[in-house]
Amino acid sequence: MTQSVTKTNTNVAMLKKLLVFTVVMFGFGYALVPMYERFCEVTGINNLLQPDVLDKNIKVDMTRMIAIELDANVRGMPWKFKPLQASVKIHPGESIEVMYEIRNDSDQEISGQAIPSYSPRLLEKYLKKFECFCFTKQVLKPGEVRQMPVKFVIDPQIPVDINTVTISYTFFALEPGM
Amino acid sequence: MAVVQDVHGHHDHHPSGIMRWVTTTNHKDIGTMYLWFSFAMFLTGGFLAMGIRAELFMPGIQILEPELFNSFTTLHGLIMVFGAIMPAFVGLANWQVPMMIGAPDMAFARMNNWSFWLLPVAGSLLISSFFVPGGAAAGGWTFYPPLSAQGGLGVDMMIFAIHILGASSIMGAINIITTILNMRAPGMTLMKMPMFVWTWLITAYLLVLVMPVLAGTVTMLLTDRHFGTSFFNAAGGGDPVLFQHVFWFFGHPEVYIMILPAFGIVSEIIPTFSRKPLFGYSSMVYATASIAILSCVVWAHHMFTVGMPAVGQLFFMYATMLIAVPTGVKVFNWTATMWRGSMTFETPMLFSIGFIFLFVIGGFSGVVCAIVPIDIQVQDTYYVIAHFHYVLVSGALFAIFAGVYYWLPKWCGRMYDEKLAKMHFWLSMIFFNVAFFVQHFLGLAGMPRRIPDYSLQFADFNMISSIGAFGFGLSQLLFLYIVIKCIRGGEKAADKPWDGGTTLEWTLPSPAPYHSFETPPVIK
Ligand code: HEM
Ligand SMILES: [Cu+2]
Repeated sequence: MTQSVTKTNTNVAMLKKLLVFTVVMFGFGYALVPMYERFCEVTGINNLLQPDVLDKNIKVDMTRMIAIELDANVRGMPWKFKPLQASVKIHPGESIEVMYEIRNDSDQEISGQAIPSYSPRLLEKYLKKFECFCFTKQVLKPGEVRQMPVKFVIDPQIPVDINTVTISYTFFALEPGM
Repeated sequence: MAVVQDVHGHHDHHPSGIMRWVTTTNHKDIGTMYLWFSFAMFLTGGFLAMGIRAELFMPGIQILEPELFNSFTTLHGLIMVFGAIMPAFVGLANWQVPMMIGAPDMAFARMNNWSFWLLPVAGSLLISSFFVPGGAAAGGWTFYPPLSAQGGLGVDMMIFAIHILGASSIMGAINIITTILNMRAPGMTLMKMPMFVWTWLITAYLLVLVMPVLAGTVTMLLTDRHFGTSFFNAAGGGDPVLFQHVFWFFGHPEVYIMILPAFGIVSEIIPTFSRKPLFGYSSMVYATASIAILSCVVWAHHMFTVGMPAVGQLFFMYATMLIAVPTGVKVFNWTATMWRGSMTFETPMLFSIGFIFLFVIGGFSGVVCAIVPIDIQVQDTYYVIAHFHYVLVSGALFAIFAGVYYWLPKWCGRMYDEKLAKMHFWLSMIFFNVAFFVQHFLGLAGMPRRIPDYSLQFADFNMISSIGAFGFGLSQLLFLYIVIKCIRGGEKAADKPWDGGTTLEWTLPSPAPYHSFETPPVIK
């Protein structure tokens, strides 16, 4: 009898340990999120929101033209967002500035953050942005309109079979107070 | 008479009829329920597979609209992985682990009952999701966002089902770990445990390690869908690639969760029918453990095309190939066990040998997939489908069949029909290869997976594959018949029907009494 009582006790102790371990692993699943973000930041895999440094020696490749289509979206917020020109054409290596416009149609102050997205995906490697409204959050008073530039170069190393690329931005609302 | 009754006599007061099964805490009852549930899910998932192969029988869209086809592939995968293969192994563990370590029952008998009864709930959720507006989840069994972030009610039902299945697996795993670590008969040291018990111990640890991460992943998906978080939603600053990392952190160990117990079963059967002890027992234990550890650092081989830096690809490529080493050790040991043994080829042995052959083919195609430049070509093609069906069907499932035939005499006290069982083996073996071998060619030629239509040059191989699949599906009804026939009647089984058996369960009478090893045996 006493033997089976101690056995039950050791079983319950084991159960507790394993349950704690389970909870820890559940938390670990969530911890993977910041770990992943840190990892991408440190290794520079996913630094879409930081300015690139411009290589001074970059040469303009006058033999090629690349068409850049500009796209703008808003997600779940009462803003109007559009590029002032639908597309531009540049030589690789040439720097250019394009303008976007946002307008807050609501009667509240709202802050938003733009997230870029590129097509084809490898454009990310060749697009060097040194100024962008996506590097910071944007705060708009009720009814405010703002025009914002993006300045960039396309690296002449970009594969020759790419003649058209798309740069897209999506604005999303930041929680009040963020 | 008096002697016979002495075996149970005093504690046969469990309720009868349906309540016996609802309230039971007996490991044998629960094991039986797990196995029947798993078989029912196997038939359900099999029905979906028949639908998929019927649609792919010819080019063009004949019977399944693309959306429904996608739901079929998605639910086929989920039901087979979580409903058929995993519960079958847990069922085998319930029956066998206590008997093989000389314990009277599982450590937490009541929790054991709960972990089983969660399964039918989750299974019905998955099946009924076909009938809600929007239909069942259709984004693949890996439910990558953004698709899984967009679907309707069916996706929520899937998420909920996965939560439940995860809870059930974790409870089962905790139970198995505690039983194995605390309830072995005196004298049974860890290194004297049967291989099946060892592999389950390691599997159970993998389960408590990664199942909670899966639970976290689906929870994030759920809050992304309904509570405004943006873990995986790019528009909200999240990252869909993050999902793949977190999912495969669970997913790759998961595939080993489905194969390690199979290794265990085969490691019991091969020595029995070779009438020799297992070759290299301790290296088997270490190989199992190293496979389990390595399996936690190879997940990104499922993601070679997401846009990973070359260093990452190289790391995951080499780490993946490294797994082939301990796996090779196992195959070597099984072969060496058979070497110069007095082998006989009863059905469990046939399935085990079939397992070795076909699992090795699956292992090789796995190594091929692990080579980054090749994988960039074959990712998301039928080549991958062929790979994982060789390791899961002719791997995990064949081992389950082997285990069922091996232990059925102990469970029912009767022999199954050997002739029919051999027929089941040969039909399964032939039709399996007809169905899946050609899929290697389809994949190499570029046929994408999860698409209901295909271009004409793939037509012949698809028709062959569908015929094989129908044959394989039908052959499994024979299995059902054999099992029922064995339960209903048949030649009485000896306590030790296989003369080479050495583990503890063969010291019990056949059928195994409702309560066994109430006084633990002593192991020398
Ligand atoms: C030598 C051992 C193995 C190696 C090297 C290996 C390697 C791989 C690789 C590289 C992939 C990714 C292919 C792709 O998506 O392009 C893959 C997929 C897969 N493997 Fe294996 N594997 C091995 C064993 C196993 C085992 C034992 C199982 C399960 C019992 C398994 C189940 C799967 C599954 C289910 C997938 C596909 C997942 C999906 O995309 O739906 N593999 N394997
Ligand atoms: Cu894997």
